[in-house]
Amino acid sequence: MLTEEKKKEIKKFAKSIRLETMKELGNLGFGHIGGSMSIVELLAVLYGEVMNVDPKNPKMEDRDWLVVSKGHSGPAVYATLALKGFFDKELLKTLNKGGTDLPSHCDRNHTPGIDMSTGSLGQGISMALGIAMGNALDKRDNFVYAILGDGECQEGQVWEAFLYAGNHPMKNLIVFVDNNKQQLDGYTDDINSIGDIRTKIEDFGWFSQEVDGHNVEQIYEAIKRAQSSDKSSAIVLDTIKGKGCSFAEGVELNHHMKFKKEQMDEAIEVLLKEGDE
Amino acid sequence: MTVKISKTHNKSKVLMKDVYIDNLIERAKEDKRIVVLDADLMNSNGTIKFKKAFPDRGIDVGIQEANMIGMAAGLSATGKIPFTHTFSCFNARRALDQIYLAVSYNKLNVKIVGTDPGVLAAYNGGTHMPLEDVGMMRGIPTMKIIEPTDPVMLDYLIDQILQDYGPMYIRLQRKDAAEIYEKGSEFEIGKGVLVKDGTDLTIIASGIMVEEAIKASAILEGKNISARIVDLFTLKPVDAEIIIESAKKTGAILTAENHNVHNGLASAVSEVLVKNYPVPLEMIGIQDLFGEVGQVDYLMKRFELTAEDIVKKAEKLLARK
Repeated sequence: MLTEEKKKEIKKFAKSIRLETMKELGNLGFGHIGGSMSIVELLAVLYGEVMNVDPKNPKMEDRDWLVVSKGHSGPAVYATLALKGFFDKELLKTLNKGGTDLPSHCDRNHTPGIDMSTGSLGQGISMALGIAMGNALDKRDNFVYAILGDGECQEGQVWEAFLYAGNHPMKNLIVFVDNNKQQLDGYTDDINSIGDIRTKIEDFGWFSQEVDGHNVEQIYEAIKRAQSSDKSSAIVLDTIKGKGCSFAEGVELNHHMKFKKEQMDEAIEVLLKEGDE
Repeated sequence: MTVKISKTHNKSKVLMKDVYIDNLIERAKEDKRIVVLDADLMNSNGTIKFKKAFPDRGIDVGIQEANMIGMAAGLSATGKIPFTHTFSCFNARRALDQIYLAVSYNKLNVKIVGTDPGVLAAYNGGTHMPLEDVGMMRGIPTMKIIEPTDPVMLDYLIDQILQDYGPMYIRLQRKDAAEIYEKGSEFEIGKGVLVKDGTDLTIIASGIMVEEAIKASAILEGKNISARIVDLFTLKPVDAEIIIESAKKTGAILTAENHNVHNGLASAVSEVLVKNYPVPLEMIGIQDLFGEVGQVDYLMKRFELTAEDIVKKAEKLLARK
């Protein structure tokens, strides 16, 4: 159970991540705002409370790993890593600019704290599965987390990995599905619905849960339950694409948007005026 | 690098797949980093022996090549040296994006073993005939490509494969192979092997085409044509030095490969020559066609890969000198 104090702290962290992500994208004038905003609470719980990582030693051998399979959420992950002290916050201003160490999609060879390069959707879950196997072979006492998009679950490779890790349980593997119900071309249900994703994953032999992806306590409790399961674990996060960014939230085509600086400044004002609850 | 050439080139008594996996099993006793993955071809590829020896490090993922390559990338990220196995057509063609991103872009250390390259897919036919795998792999930065020629070379190279950090594609014939080298021969990844010296042309060959080149050279001797033979078993990075030296010495190059003439050995050799020392060049290989079903000797004739085809092309080449 999270203490009230801890809960407040994580929520505050989430708000900081959201703000830094918006500033980061605001500097650029375009980017993957929707899928960055929808995983903010998850990142706050993982980096604020759950994951054993050391910003000064990002490759620490017995660390917990995170594979952000929906690699386009890089901006939110970078904001989180900067706030955690993996690198200087100033670097956030260089997002996507020539020569930067913060490319739009996560890149392990550029950014301290990024465990795997991703971006071609569907691949991260297999990588995470391999990492979990490697850690299990070497008897490391750590966890491997992966974040998938709901649209990403249209990729066949995702189901190859769900099938394998259902039949060969990896108790150190916890996969999140950011179910924000939208993909680049529109609503997932209209394009190629993934249906009841929690049940589907459960049918593949996983311990599968579904929680409110913007509720830090629910995310935390689900992770705790997953950690004590002997099966491979999945947590489906019911989320809103673009959450907390006023001009993006609830908009149909918000996967990648162009915006004016004033628009982003206004959205930041709106967010700052909101209470912490 | 000392090489002794066999006096005869009979088919080996040992199978290539056994030489390979027995050696890997021996090393895996000490080297806990070695992990073997296969996609439901463990019985065909012989990797089943590894699974029996090391049940926790011999992984049959079932029929899912993309997941296998992704898992291998993850295993490598934790310090393992994963070897992935399936027929070349599936290990390369089917999982190209995973090899590109999960393995190579991530700068990971995965060895991708594609069996039954080119016409060796024989009775599995055109659907299974990888004639483009080298081309796909050549396009990936940092990827190394080798095609071990015979059991002696294969056995010798395992050490280097283990020591070389980074992605590597190993084009492996599974069955008996013509004995080209005698035990005690030494090889180095990245260095071509001078099989035979000659003065009129150089046949630069890889894989099963080395044997055909040797046979062709004997026929050419009867016609007073002296052929130099180079075994270019490393297809990337190619040994530019031996290619340029051969061009200078013989003034004509004939490439011979069990692969499409586009993007494989012929292309690699041509790239070196046009930049450094252009000489007339002809190409033996599959002339941009799909594969077909049949026994290997039928396919060799069908795709004009035999020693006789090499002789004909050599004569055409010499007419251009």
